[in-house]
Amino acid sequence: MKLLRLKPGHGEILLAEGDIEVPEQERELIEAFRRELDAGLWAAVPTASRDGRREAELVKSFDDVPRDAERVIFFPRAAGGAAPAARGASPGASSAKRTAL
Amino acid sequence: MALALGTAAVVLVALLCELGRPRATELAKAALGSWRARRHASLRGPALVAYDPGRELRAEHRARELLRSCIEPEDWAMYRDLGFLRVWGRLGDRDGPGAAYAYLIYPHRPIVAFVPHTGALLNEYCVAFPDHSKPYGSSRLPDSDDVLAKWMALTADERGLINGANMHLPGRQIDPDLIRRDLQRLARWERERAGGRPVAAGRQAEGVPAA
Repeated sequence: MKLLRLKPGHGEILLAEGDIEVPEQERELIEAFRRELDAGLWAAVPTASRDGRREAELVKSFDDVPRDAERVIFFPRAAGGAAPAARGASPGASSAKRTAL
Repeated sequence: MALALGTAAVVLVALLCELGRPRATELAKAALGSWRARRHASLRGPALVAYDPGRELRAEHRARELLRSCIEPEDWAMYRDLGFLRVWGRLGDRDGPGAAYAYLIYPHRPIVAFVPHTGALLNEYCVAFPDHSKPYGSSRLPDSDDVLAKWMALTADERGLINGANMHLPGRQIDPDLIRRDLQRLARWERERAGGRPVAAGRQAEGVPAA
């Protein structure tokens, strides 16, 4: 398993790599994982859905990472923000209630 | 007696000053050097790194390879050829081709929601992934990393990403005509890839007239 981080001006960097079945390496992976989450990053695991389509899964703990995952990708948290009134509706919902901010 | 004590005190003070002079000089020089360094750094501005004209290009090259390895080959071809990604919305009744709505993901621009069957534009969702550590003086990810971050967040937690984004009506940041042109390009691109065969329903922006 590889832990990668997206970085401005560089592209991804390799944070840690190891065999999750080897206790010592798993421990190092867990430590690196926690370090990045503590730094405020999001962690995603590229996976495939049931119909075989590629997608990603956000994970908040190392226990959530599938044991057979090849990569965990860390990236900065999304910044955006929305007015309370705009929350909770799907994009297909009426735009009238979702006034531009 | 008083005169003798006074004289002795003056001599003692002079002796101590003479003995401590080298050390005091050293300390003064160190403090001055430190102050000069701090002043110089503050005049230079935040963390300057050596200029490397190829850095961003190499970063983007790495980012493209990573993106390619994560998304569907067809989606990669779409991004490579057209410069944006289409992601089907999942919060409606149907998922995948035939979904009620979809998104266009551009690098460092808002995510645009639209209706594939009519080409109607729904909203712009402003979302960014700033890295405040600014490792090379910028908080912006390479273009393809920005697209990958949006794709991962959207496919993993569409509702969370959309709810946290700044929502605007279409046209706030991206010219609607440009998006319509991109939808036309997408429809044409899909027809060409289908080799002239009719593209499956929902797999193209059907309401958008071919250019």
